[in-house]
Amino acid sequence: MLASSARAIRDDVAAGRVSAVEVCRAYLDRMEAVNGSLNAFNLIDPDRALAQAAGVDRRRAAGEPPGALAGVPVALKDNLCVRGMRTTASSRILERFVPPYDATVVQRIERAGGVIVGKTNCDEFAMGSSNENSAFGPVRTPWAPDRAPGGSSGGSAAAVAAGGVPLSLGSDTGGSIRQPAAFCGVVGLKPTYGRVSRYGLLAFASSLDQIGPITRTAADAALALGVLAGADPADATSSRQPVPDFSAALTGEMSGLRVGVPRAFVAEGVDDGVKRAFDEALDTLRRGGATLVDIELPHAKYAIPVYYLVATAEASSNLARYDGVRYGYRSSRHAEQGLRAMYSRTRDEGFGAEVKRRIMLGTYVLSAGYYDAYYLKAQQVRTLLRRDYEQAFERVDVVATPTSPVPPFRLGEKVADPLQMYLTDVFTVSQPLAGLPAVSIPCGFVGRPERLPVGLQLTGRMFDESTLLRVADAYERMTDWHAATPPLWS
Amino acid sequence: MSSRLTVADVERIAALAHLELTADEKALFTRQLADILTYAEQVRAIDTSGVPATAHVHADEGAERDDDPHRSLPVDEALRNAPDGAPEAGLFRVPRVIG
Repeated sequence: MLASSARAIRDDVAAGRVSAVEVCRAYLDRMEAVNGSLNAFNLIDPDRALAQAAGVDRRRAAGEPPGALAGVPVALKDNLCVRGMRTTASSRILERFVPPYDATVVQRIERAGGVIVGKTNCDEFAMGSSNENSAFGPVRTPWAPDRAPGGSSGGSAAAVAAGGVPLSLGSDTGGSIRQPAAFCGVVGLKPTYGRVSRYGLLAFASSLDQIGPITRTAADAALALGVLAGADPADATSSRQPVPDFSAALTGEMSGLRVGVPRAFVAEGVDDGVKRAFDEALDTLRRGGATLVDIELPHAKYAIPVYYLVATAEASSNLARYDGVRYGYRSSRHAEQGLRAMYSRTRDEGFGAEVKRRIMLGTYVLSAGYYDAYYLKAQQVRTLLRRDYEQAFERVDVVATPTSPVPPFRLGEKVADPLQMYLTDVFTVSQPLAGLPAVSIPCGFVGRPERLPVGLQLTGRMFDESTLLRVADAYERMTDWHAATPPLWS
Repeated sequence: MSSRLTVADVERIAALAHLELTADEKALFTRQLADILTYAEQVRAIDTSGVPATAHVHADEGAERDDDPHRSLPVDEALRNAPDGAPEAGLFRVPRVIG
């Protein structure tokens, strides 16, 4: 049962072949078994999960429609609010925060019969590419115990890869769903900006943040997106675009599809093994009936600096709310020195190094004398980047790149040099800047004797997740990379 | 240009950001932020004359709604996570602001 997809679980629960409570128990056992070595969860809540599962079984017995995620165990990145369930963003500053409300995605999952089992570890406030910036310790990829699972949604990806849950949610600001999905050998989908409500997501960079699913198959990503997507009065940036039946788009058909390959962009700085897996994946798409088209994204090489200027500026503003007054940690040192001293000490003691670094960078680029030179300039280049994609999508239906230029790196390898860490985001930061949907799917392995997973990234037009998921699913039908399980699985 | 970032600059930014940094953090951030800003310098060479800024990708999609009252968070719930709440008064308590 543990290897089952979310869709298979839903079908079994809906048909009464297995109860939601039985499914929940089996997955809770599995989570407990793998979490010791992975550190993927900040919190597992068996009592709440079993009560939710029992509710699903009761409603089914009463003849109510079971829901699209009936009985499917779901883990949430720990920056998504669940009423009454501790939500920390893996930060000391929120170590004891218990949200008084549910994120919209939580309401939607539970309304669809999904069973929330706990909160997954992540980089603090979703800032990082390795999950090493968590106040609660790093996560490990299930493929190699000394290597990073990617970040920032590292716990969500590792939990799915190790069979702890069939579905988890992550958030993606500059690759935080897709890169960990690649490092853990699973599927990670960042929807179009506005496709999924951000209400109840602890904000990092509000013009970029987007919630999305991490799964073992493209079909499960389609199933989950159908539940998550749609306008929400609680999020003014959620889109009123109609939500298609994403599962119906999975026809297995690729003929006539035009796949754009930005050759110059992927030529430099890509690990040889990753490059080989990527070229093989392109060949598979071609054999499946797709046409490969060389394209150019002239400004893509500027996406990293643009991203780190825009995202940190927004973060410095968003994280101003953590001041020791309304919620979260408050420093008790020298309280007699007044309010401003309390703010500054609270924030110094409550935030980790990477969060402070980004607040500092963002404050700098927004400060008088630097705003035009850095922040405004970055926003203008952001426009040029959007235009690059608009022009490319006149000629192609999806754009293919590796998800990460490197395979999962060793824990500790890049922590001393933040810029080196940022450079690994080269293929994942341009899509949030342009608002576009993108998916990472397993496309091979590098290394011996360890097998380290490689991800293929597909980027689509605005609100065209259907095409992305169709290609991802068709690719899965031609390959078995997504079915590979890490050593920890057995 | 950014290689000229000094510890004094870092102290000024930290004050703006309400962060009380240790001496070690100041030294580390001076070096690391200078590295990052030097790298970011490359965007300044791009010709963006006449190019509008993108603050938001759906900036043209309106999000108006009728001005109807909705349930908001009750005061006692809003205070529940406060490190120093005064629920009986319905207030957050903070250190003295005026001497």
